[in-house]
Amino acid sequence: MMLLEMAAAGFGDRIAVGSLDDGLTFQQLFDRAGAAADRFRAAGADAVAMADVSSAALPISLFGAAWADLPFVPLNYRLTDDELATLAGRIAPAIAVVGPEATGRLSGVDGVSVLDRDALLVDLVDAIAPSPEWDMEGEGTAILLFTSGTTGEPKAAVLRHRHLVSYVLGSVEFMGAGEEEAALVSVPPYHVAGMAAILSNVYAGRRIVQLPAFDAAAWVDLVRTEGVTSAMVVPTMLTRIVEHLDAEIADGAARDGAYLPSLRSLSYGGGKMPRPTIERALELLPDTAFVNAYGLTETSSTVALLGPQEHREALASDDESVRARLGSAGRPLPSIEVSIRDEDGTEVPTGEPGEIWVRGEQVSGEYRGMATRLTPEGWFPTHDGGWMGDDGFLHVSGRIDDVIVKGGQNISPSEIEAVLVGHPGVSDAAAIGLPDAQWGERIVAAVVRSAGSTVGADELQEAVRAELRSNRTPDHVAFVDALPYNDTGKLLRRVLRADLADLGDGSTQ
Amino acid sequence: MPNLKPGSRFTSDVCTTEVIVVKGAGEADLRCGGVPMASAGSASGAGTPAPDAASGTLMGKRYVDAEETIEVLCTKPGDGSLGLGDTLLDLKEAKPLPASD
Repeated sequence: MMLLEMAAAGFGDRIAVGSLDDGLTFQQLFDRAGAAADRFRAAGADAVAMADVSSAALPISLFGAAWADLPFVPLNYRLTDDELATLAGRIAPAIAVVGPEATGRLSGVDGVSVLDRDALLVDLVDAIAPSPEWDMEGEGTAILLFTSGTTGEPKAAVLRHRHLVSYVLGSVEFMGAGEEEAALVSVPPYHVAGMAAILSNVYAGRRIVQLPAFDAAAWVDLVRTEGVTSAMVVPTMLTRIVEHLDAEIADGAARDGAYLPSLRSLSYGGGKMPRPTIERALELLPDTAFVNAYGLTETSSTVALLGPQEHREALASDDESVRARLGSAGRPLPSIEVSIRDEDGTEVPTGEPGEIWVRGEQVSGEYRGMATRLTPEGWFPTHDGGWMGDDGFLHVSGRIDDVIVKGGQNISPSEIEAVLVGHPGVSDAAAIGLPDAQWGERIVAAVVRSAGSTVGADELQEAVRAELRSNRTPDHVAFVDALPYNDTGKLLRRVLRADLADLGDGSTQ
Repeated sequence: MPNLKPGSRFTSDVCTTEVIVVKGAGEADLRCGGVPMASAGSASGAGTPAPDAASGTLMGKRYVDAEETIEVLCTKPGDGSLGLGDTLLDLKEAKPLPASD
């Protein structure tokens, strides 16, 4: 909340969210947040939920909740009615800000009152007085974010004010953005990147443009019409944007290489970026600075960055070790320590794979109603596997739970997937382990062929064998129409394992 | 003497400078333009910065003492220089990170 107050005091007349001609200024956002806080307090709630797509009501609710000293809980409106009601019930008594589509979905939940988002947008007459109570080390919960629950029941990650303030102060310069800058936010509110985007851009004084439902054509159109200068996307979004731009080119759109001229910076994260996608994006947008951000919900978003210069150097290099940096998460933020640990929690030598542990003031590592996941020394074991190169670049190989164990060998699906996706006949691929009585697990690759491709299993198996060791070669290649992703671009391996269960031998070990 | 804690705000008595404390706690002789700073809202605003403390503050920049025991962020610029006692604070040169959000 203090961040918004600083923004309102420092540059209140700038547009904070929306179009230049009818958006809300930082001062208007501040005043509406104050009015929202009054409503939230009057509701007698313990939490402010939101089940809605992005709109100006999102930053108003986020800051209004902080003003009222209540946790803000963005819910995934794409869940089924039952799932949504269950999550809302877990944070009751709560007031839920909803759009027109969600009104009926939460009105029957015990202890949850519903507030239409339009009620938060109306003009206000009186300015609201700031509260002297805000500080930067607040222990109060600012945001509760339910994890996507790809492996089980969603856990509610607790992000306290001090975590978020540390993150923003550690990574963003106050009023660092020029008045002409605008950030396009297309990740949904219930993704940590959607929350971080609001906080960082408000603090930087950068106008926020929102795209409520991602669509590549709409995204490209908004960048052009709103003069968007920066944006953050998840890998599946970038893949579609690249396809869209390539389709424009195929249709004869002559833009002389300036497909998105206003876009100075494009950051991506939230999953493994296919190398062909990022390489093509770098070619299509030669004047755009690319940033790969690695982070987790439990770490208040970004903990490591691969910067623009590093992207261009990697793309231009003939040295595969430099080029491989394109597949890395870059270097840790100055305020973050990273350590790679083995199963006993002992640090492994540089270059050796292990589990990524992180430490820093922005790291929460805490779930509601559960003991802290931080070690006594303050480290958060991320459950992500990876290694640190001699050059200080952090490589993330994926969730430890996804590692395939075949014949006692740990095999990271990501290295197999990288080879498969690099094949011109393949547009998407995933490798999973399925039960095998002899080997423990066998490697099964699910492959989506690119348009017109007739590539066969033998050729793909040979490609993996040639590039990696033979024990990485998929035992089976299953051709599928599409891979199962959730709406923020995370591959649902659990679903894939169930879909392809017939390719295992049914043994249990 | 000003009592500092992270988040507390101070205003210059001799120029338009305003700061917010990012790091540091307890009593400290935080000055601007050579004169002790006042809690936000209680500065008189009269007077001028001392000549040896008049090189000005920059919006959005952070200032630290040599030991980095205190750090303040400038939220409104002005003509005075920030100091701790008679010693001027240093501008903290931080290489800005690329926007990732």
